[in-house]
Formats: sequence, C-alpha cells, structure tokens
Amino acid sequence: MTNKPDYFDEMMQAGGAPRAPYADYHDWFTSEEPGRLLEKSAEAEALFRLTGITFNVYGDPGAAERLIPFDLIPRIIGGREWALVAKGIEQRVRALNAFLHDIYHRQEIIKAGRIPARMIAQNAAFLPQMIGMTPPGGIYTHIVGTDLVRTGPDEFFVLEDNARTPSGVSYMLENRETMLHMFPELFSKVKVQSVSQYPRSLRRSLGACAPKACEGRPTLAVLTPGMYNSAYYEHAFLADQMGAELVEGHDLRVVNGRVAMRTTQGYKPIDVLYRRIDDDYLDPLNFNPDSMLGVPGIIDVYRAGGITLANAPGTGIADDKAIYSYMPEIVEFYTGEKAILKNVPTHRCSEPEALKYVLDNLAELVVKEVHGSGGYGMLVGPAASKQELAAFRAKLEANPDNYIAQPTLALSTVPILTDAGLAPRHVDLRPYVLVSPGKIDITPGGLTRVALTEGSLVVNSSQGGGTKDTWVLEE
Amino acid sequence: MRLKIEHQTTYTYDHPVPYGLQQLRLRPKSRDGQEVLSWDIDVRGGTREVTYEDEHANTVDLISFDAGQHEISIICKGEVDVTDRAGVVGRQMGFVPLWLYQRSTPLTAAGPLVRALVAQVKRADTELATLHALSAHILQAVPYSTDQAASDLTVEQALAAGHAVCQDHAHIFVSAARAMGFPARYVSGYLMMDDRVMQDASHAWAEAHVAGLGWVGFDVSNGISPDARYVRVATALDYRGAAPISGLRFGHGHESMNVSLQVQQQ
Repeated sequence: MTNKPDYFDEMMQAGGAPRAPYADYHDWFTSEEPGRLLEKSAEAEALFRLTGITFNVYGDPGAAERLIPFDLIPRIIGGREWALVAKGIEQRVRALNAFLHDIYHRQEIIKAGRIPARMIAQNAAFLPQMIGMTPPGGIYTHIVGTDLVRTGPDEFFVLEDNARTPSGVSYMLENRETMLHMFPELFSKVKVQSVSQYPRSLRRSLGACAPKACEGRPTLAVLTPGMYNSAYYEHAFLADQMGAELVEGHDLRVVNGRVAMRTTQGYKPIDVLYRRIDDDYLDPLNFNPDSMLGVPGIIDVYRAGGITLANAPGTGIADDKAIYSYMPEIVEFYTGEKAILKNVPTHRCSEPEALKYVLDNLAELVVKEVHGSGGYGMLVGPAASKQELAAFRAKLEANPDNYIAQPTLALSTVPILTDAGLAPRHVDLRPYVLVSPGKIDITPGGLTRVALTEGSLVVNSSQGGGTKDTWVLEE
Repeated sequence: MRLKIEHQTTYTYDHPVPYGLQQLRLRPKSRDGQEVLSWDIDVRGGTREVTYEDEHANTVDLISFDAGQHEISIICKGEVDVTDRAGVVGRQMGFVPLWLYQRSTPLTAAGPLVRALVAQVKRADTELATLHALSAHILQAVPYSTDQAASDLTVEQALAAGHAVCQDHAHIFVSAARAMGFPARYVSGYLMMDDRVMQDASHAWAEAHVAGLGWVGFDVSNGISPDARYVRVATALDYRGAAPISGLRFGHGHESMNVSLQVQQQ
C-alpha cells in the first residue's frame, strides 16, 4: 500500500502499522483471503440491487437510476475522536437554530454588526413568510447533515451545514446492514457503535416537535415529490422504517383547520410532516402558484400552529455558502464560545479584494456557487484544464456575487478495495443530527462518501463518488 | 370619525367547486389612529379553517369551499374609529426589517418607465415634500380612470396604459419610492367617499417610510394623504400580499364576482 505523505491516511501510519482505531480491523483484514473479499464485494453490489437502493443523476438522462458504488473497507473513527466531533456538531447546530430564530425575529446579529444586512436581504432562501414565526418547540432544523472533512488526526473542518434537507441517511443504514450481513464475525471482534436506532430516534425527535394542536400520539408523514425524485427511495424507506405514512401533495388537504390525509376512514390530521419538497413548491397558495407537488394552504395552517414542518421553511439561508463563511461569528454570537469545529477559510467573491485574490489564484482554489449543492457547478482549480479555468474566470467576472472560493483542502484518505489490493481514496463525512426541544441526537458516524477516482477530491455521488460504512468505536 | 362598514363579496360558479381555498385579508388593523370597535366576517358556502397573523401583522382567515357549492359569500361588518393624523401611521411595528420594503416584486419591479418617471420628480427640501411631489407627479403622468385594463398589471404596463386605477397608482408609487431609496408598501383598505353611501370598490394606496416620522400614507388617486375617512386593512409589498381575497380552486368553469360595499359615517 502506498502512503502519500501530503494526505492524512486514516488507516495506516507512515511506518506501515495501522492507526489505533484500525488495529483490530487490520488484524482481521490481513488474515482474510483477498479473493474472498473481492467476492464479498460483488455480493454487496448484488444485495444493493436487490434492496433497490438507487439514485437519479441530474443531467444524465441515459442513466435514470444508478447504483451508488459501495466499498466494503469501513471508515473507522475512534470513540474519543468522535466525542470531540460530536461536541463540535452539537455546538454548531445549537447556534444554527438560534441564528434562524434571530433572523426571523429581531435580527440582533445584524444590529450588532456581526453580519451585514445584505447577507440576508440578498439571500434568495430568506423567506419573508417566516418572519415572526416560531415553529412548534422552537426548532427550525429538525434534521441536519453537517458535512465534515478531515485533514489530520484531530483536524476536522465543516464543509457545509445542510440545514435544509440533508439526504443520504438511508445509505448509512443500508451500508451497516450489508456489512452486518456479510461479516457478522467482524462485529464481534470490533466494538462498533450502532446506527440502526436512527429511524426510531427520528420518529421520537420529530414527535417531540408536535404542534399544540396534536392530540395523543403524534401522527407523522413523509411528503415526497413522487417516484421520479432522485431520493424517492429514501423517502419511502424512511417512512417505512419510522412507521409513518408516505404521502404526496394531492393526498393532503386542509380539513378542520389541520392538514389531513385521505384514509379509508376519512381524513386524518397530520401533526408532523417530514417534507422532502423544496420551500418554493410546498404551497401553491403561498409560494410558487404553479407547483403541483405541494399542499395549498399548508403555510396558513403552519402559521396558525396546526402542523409542524420539518425542516422549517426558510432554513436554507443557513446553507448559503456566503453565510457559511460567517459561521465562526455565528457560533460565537449565540453560544458565547469559540467554535469547536473549524470552518474552511472562505473568500467571498462579492468583495472586490477577495475576487481579485480568487482570480489571481484560481488554479489553486475550489470555487463554488453560493446556493449550489450536489457538486454541480463547482470548479476544483488543481484538477481543472486551462479551458475550464478560463471558462470559470469569465463566469466569476460576470457574476462574482454568486461565488465563494476556498483553498483546496488536503482531504484525508481511507483505502478502498481494488483488484490490486488496497488503494487510498479521499473521503468526507456527513453525520446525521436530530434536533428536538432540549435534545440534540447525533448518530455515531454517518455517511462516508469516497471519491473512487484516484486523486479526485469530489465525493458527491452525482459526480462518481461511492460510499463506505462508517464505524465509530465504543470508547 | 366613526365609520360603519358593510362589505359583501360573492363568487358564483357555473359548475360546483369540488375543493378550493381562499385567503382573506379583510380584518382592519387596530393601531395608532385607528381603533376597531367591532368586526365580524360571515362566510356562506364556505368554512373558516384557521385565522392567523402573517408577517406583515395582517390578520388572515383561510376559508375552504363547502363541497359542491355554486356560490360563496364573504360578508364583513363592523365599526372603526379613525383619527385624522395627516397620513402619518407611525413607526415600523413587528419583526419585518425595513430593508424588506425595498425589495421589488414582479408587480412592482421598476423598468425604464418607472426610472424615467423618477428622474422627472423634483426633489424638495424634505423627504416628505419629495414624496408628495412624487404622488402629484404620478397622478399627472397617469390620470385616474375607472376603466381598468386588467387586474394584475405590472407598474410598467400601468404606466404604458396612460391611465390607472387606485391599485396601479399605489404600485407605481411604491415602485418609484423604492427606486428613490425609500422603504415603501402597498395598503388595501376602505375609503368613505363623501358623496355616496354605496362605494364602487375597496380602495388601495401606498405608504413610504420617512426617517423621523415613520410610515406615511399617500393616496395618489385622490391626491392626498389618508385622513379620518380611510381604514387601513392589510399591508404588504404589493397587491398580491395584501389582496382582500386571494384563492385557489380545483375544478372547471367560470367564476363571476359581485361586490357590494357601504362605508358610512356614524
């Protein structure tokens, strides 16, 4: 196995010995027949095809449904390493909720001069309809997927906060189930913290945010745009695992001041709606009138306290990459503490000096759209051709406000299994965080995404990334 | 001045409506200069689902059509005490930041015609005087006419039409005032026309935010600032956010609307 000195390898140390969290796994791995593991790898793929985990790739009509490649070498994080990360995430998520409440009420952070008003005024995700609205339980981001990258043993950076609708949790669950199924003996050797409680925790966490109008045990539903959505599998999976209804907009209507779903026994009110539809499409009466996906009047019922929407509309302002650049200030402002997790230094191209720096150093930087996601529309300077750099330069000059730039981080690597043996590949991590009144519940680990192409730093599944099971060891 | 208002809106459909919703912004605001003594909304052919305050502190009633109705009527009755404050409404209340009132909307987006109009307005010594000059200039450029070209004109379309109803005047004022740097908003409400009991329609005007004074009303169509004959009902960035009734219904068929409005001094 080669070990590039510039990147932190999470499995192997420079001398050829495994790092402590990988010690037991490494023992097991070296005692296994390489041929058997490759067979297992093929078996895993067959299992995924069987369970039907696929996703759609936008801009690739030929491959409507594709399997996300799964690599069976786990990504392992030590219990103590994780405790620090979890503490940092909790602090950050607390700050995010306080920030969202403030932005939709007094805007103290703007009055205090900590972030400029235009960051909100020009933010397309700021939703005036949320002004003055406190969601049930005071929670805005019920489900958060804080994307992290690692550059050293104790060096974690937050890449983005994903306070809107983080997806991918079904892969986290299926990856673990597949590993348990294929290597049961391994889990008796290595003590790994469980993730299978996630659907139960999600149900509990959402239920704890039920509106005042709720009577008895909260009724939960998952609102999907339908089977043509790229994450439809996940919507159906989560509804099934939580014991909630899977509904589409046309199944719901306003009845007796509540949003209710059609059942064989008439209309049944919904207390908490885990909606996987973007704000704009949520309610044709209040937002985009052309939306066929949403529920007319749901925002009226929401403002009147008749339903909980998870996540709350208008949380997308926190996902804006220009807002991201203020996260250290945001954390400090609302918690009174220094941020535990680091932010990637971010150049806001809306500022002339930053733009000049970015244009002068384009080949070394990663440039992203302010509202972008999924790895679409970004430039990875070191990997870009001269033509790509020139094309991006033109885009930046034409619309600098739309971009931020960051240094190319030396993302850590974890090996993947190839025909030739182990080979290091860059990874990131998306932990899943559940927020309810007085409780922040972080599933140990999360979804590790891995760039399968050698040297690539883009881990998004839509851009050819794969996933790994993520193990957090018991302390 | 104590005003007694009766406002009935009836929608008739040639086919029964299987499902539909209407948002009503029909409850006058109680605040400085205006006290609501009584106000009732009676809905026939529909059911009130929820009542809440929107972001502009408008009280909204959401009503649903009773299944299979051919007709739905909304009847508002009440009494409001109004004090003449020369159009001054006062400081911004609630959580809406003033910068939001400088946002343009599809109906109020300033184009070449609004910009040309703004360029012609004489800047006076005070902001208040400049806004009065703006109001007068709009009325001169696009005189009032009851002949409404369409109900959902943009400001550019309204200026091109060469004449305007009160809704267009309010939009043009709001758009121009924003272009001049003022936070501005649209107001829907009632006006007691002195010469008659039966009014033609509910009224609309505009408000701009002036440093030191707060919100000040401008009724372009009548060339004045609102006095004790004006009842403020709903405010928003434009007509769409403050419309007395806006709705959505399923099913086919035509809708016709009939409005009767009485505003009388008690």
